Amino acid sequence: MRPFVENFPFFCIFLAMAVGILLSVSKDGRKAYWISLAVTAVVAVLSAILLGYLMENDLSYTYAMGKFPAPFGNELKVGPLQALLSLTFSAVMGLSLLGGQTDLFADVLPAKQNLYFVMSNLILASLLALTYTNDLFTGYVFIEISTIAACALVMAKDTGANMMATIRYLFMSLLGSGLFLIGVALLYSITGHLLMPNLHDSVAKLVESGQYQLPLTVIIGLITVGLGIKSAMFPFHMWLPDAHGSATTASSAILSGLVLKGYIVLMMTLFVRVFTLNTLIESGIINVVLLFGLLGMVFGSLRAIQQTHIKRMLAYSSVAQVGYIFMGFGLGTEAGIAASCLHILVHACTKPMLFCCAGRLGAVSGHHKNLANMRGSAHKDVVAGIGFMVGALSMIGIPLFGGFVSKLYFANASLLNSQAMAITLLVIAVSTVLNALYYIPAVLAIWSRPEGSSEHSCQAHGKPERDVAFTVSAVCFILLVFALGVFYQPAIQAIEAGLRLM
Amino acid sequence: MRALLENRFAVTAVILFGIGLANMLLQKNLIKKIVGFNIMDSAVFLLLASRGFVEGRVAPIVAEGMADASLYINPIPSGLVLTGIVVSVSISAFSLALVQRIYHAYGTIELDELVMRVKKEAD
Repeated sequence: MRPFVENFPFFCIFLAMAVGILLSVSKDGRKAYWISLAVTAVVAVLSAILLGYLMENDLSYTYAMGKFPAPFGNELKVGPLQALLSLTFSAVMGLSLLGGQTDLFADVLPAKQNLYFVMSNLILASLLALTYTNDLFTGYVFIEISTIAACALVMAKDTGANMMATIRYLFMSLLGSGLFLIGVALLYSITGHLLMPNLHDSVAKLVESGQYQLPLTVIIGLITVGLGIKSAMFPFHMWLPDAHGSATTASSAILSGLVLKGYIVLMMTLFVRVFTLNTLIESGIINVVLLFGLLGMVFGSLRAIQQTHIKRMLAYSSVAQVGYIFMGFGLGTEAGIAASCLHILVHACTKPMLFCCAGRLGAVSGHHKNLANMRGSAHKDVVAGIGFMVGALSMIGIPLFGGFVSKLYFANASLLNSQAMAITLLVIAVSTVLNALYYIPAVLAIWSRPEGSSEHSCQAHGKPERDVAFTVSAVCFILLVFALGVFYQPAIQAIEAGLRLM
Repeated sequence: MRALLENRFAVTAVILFGIGLANMLLQKNLIKKIVGFNIMDSAVFLLLASRGFVEGRVAPIVAEGMADASLYINPIPSGLVLTGIVVSVSISAFSLALVQRIYHAYGTIELDELVMRVKKEAD
C-alpha cells in the first residue's frame, strides 16, 4: 500500500481538469474566478506537501494509472523536481489571475467569463500533466490541450488584432505539434515503446549497436524543433510578440510565464530521461540547441530595445529569456540543465509579475500601453512601480534578485564545457547589457515626474481606484523573486535531487 | 522499386506529410491551411496504423473463442491513431470556429488582405 501522499499528483491533475470541465456550466464569471483561485491554491498546497515528503525521503516513484502493468499502462513519474515545478506553476497561475483580475473582467465579455476559467484550469491541468507524465503519447495529448486552451486565452479579448495573433499562434503551434507527432510515430516504429523508461532502454540499445543512427537523429531533431516552435525557441518565435503582447494581462502573464515552460519541461524530461545527454552530444543536436539559445538571447533583446509598446517589449524579452534556458540545455551538462531549471522557476515568477505590473501601470495612466504615455505612472500606483522595478532588475541580473542566481549558475555551468565556454560567457555578458538597455529606460520612464506639476495632473484625472487584488499579488510576486534571489539553496537542492532521481 | 513497394505505407505517408506541410505553410487561404494540417495529421496516422498492421491478421476483437494473440494485429498503434483523430478533430473544430469569427469581423479569410486590414485598423 503506497503512502497517501503519493496520490497527490493524480489528485492535482484530476482536480484541475474536472473543475475546468464543470465550470463550463456555471453562469457566473465571478464565482468561476474564485473557484479557479481556490483550485490553484489547493494544487499549490498539495504540491508543497508532496515536495516536502519527497525531499525528506530523497525518493522518486512511478505511479501507475489504472491496473495495467508497465509496458501497456499509463504512468506518472514523480520526483522532487516535478513537485517543485508544479508548486511554482500553480502558485504563479493563481497570482497571475489575481494580478490581472481587473483587466480580465473588463476585457472579457460578461457572458463568456466562465469559459475563460475553463481554459485557465485546462492549462493548469495540462501543465501538471506535461510535468508529471512518463508516457510520450500522453505528453502529445496534453500538448494539444494546452495549445487549444492557450489560443482561447489569447482570443479572450475579442479584437481584430487578437484574432490575427491567435490564428498565427494556432498555425505555428499546429506545425510544432505535427512535427512532434511524427517524431513520436517514428520513435515508436523503431523502438516499439511509448513509456519513457522502456524508450530509454531501447534507445540505449540502438546507440550501442549502432543501428538506426540516422532515424534516431532525425527523431531527436523533429521532437526538439516541434517543442521548440511551441516554446518560442529563437528562429521560430515570430508568433510570440503578437500573441503575448495583445492579450489581456492575465493571459499574457500565464502564457509567458507558464505555457512556454510546459513544453520546455517536457523537452528537458525527454532529453534527460529518454535520449540521455551523451546521445544528444553525439547526434550534434545539442550544438543546434546551444546556437539557437545564444542567438535568441541576443536577438530577442535587440528586438525588445526597438519596442515602444510595453507589453510587446516584455514579450520579446521572453524570447531572450527562453534563449537562456535553451542555452543551458545546449551546454550538455547536468549543471547546465540544473541552471536551466532554476531559470525556468525565476522566469516563471518574474515575467508574470512584470506583465501584471505593466497592465496596472497602463490602467492608472488612462489605458495607455505606450511607454511614452506612461511617464510617471509609478507615482499613481507605487506597488506596481516597485513590482516593475524588481522584475526588471531581476531580469537584468542584479544581485539579491532571482535573475542573478540563475545567471550565476549559467556562468558556472558554462565553465564546465570547454568548447563553448568563451562564447557562452561572452553572450551572457552581452545579453545582460542589452537587457539593461531596455529595462532601465522603462523603469526610469515610469518613475520620472511628468512635465508640469504632478499634483495638477493627479487632480485632473482624480486619484486612481485602489486595486486590492493586484496589490496582494504584486507583493507576493516581489517576495517570491526576493526569496529566489536570497534563499535559493532549497530550490537548488530540490532541482539537483530531482535531476539525480529523474 | 521493391523497397518502395515494401514500404508503400511509409512512402505514401511521407508524400502526404509533404503535401500537408506545404499547404499549411504556403496557402494564403485560412481554410486551405486547416485542410493542409488535416492532411499532415492523416499522414502521421497512416504511418502509425501501418506500423501495427500485420499481413493476414485481424482486428483484436475477441469473438467466438479466438483468444490466440498470434491471430491479431498490434492494437496499440490503432489506439494511438484513435486518440490522435480525436485531438485532430477538436483542433480542426477550434480553428474553423476561429476562422468563422474572423470572417464575421473582416469579411475575408485571405491572409494577405487580413494583415493589411489589421494594420489599417491599428493606425
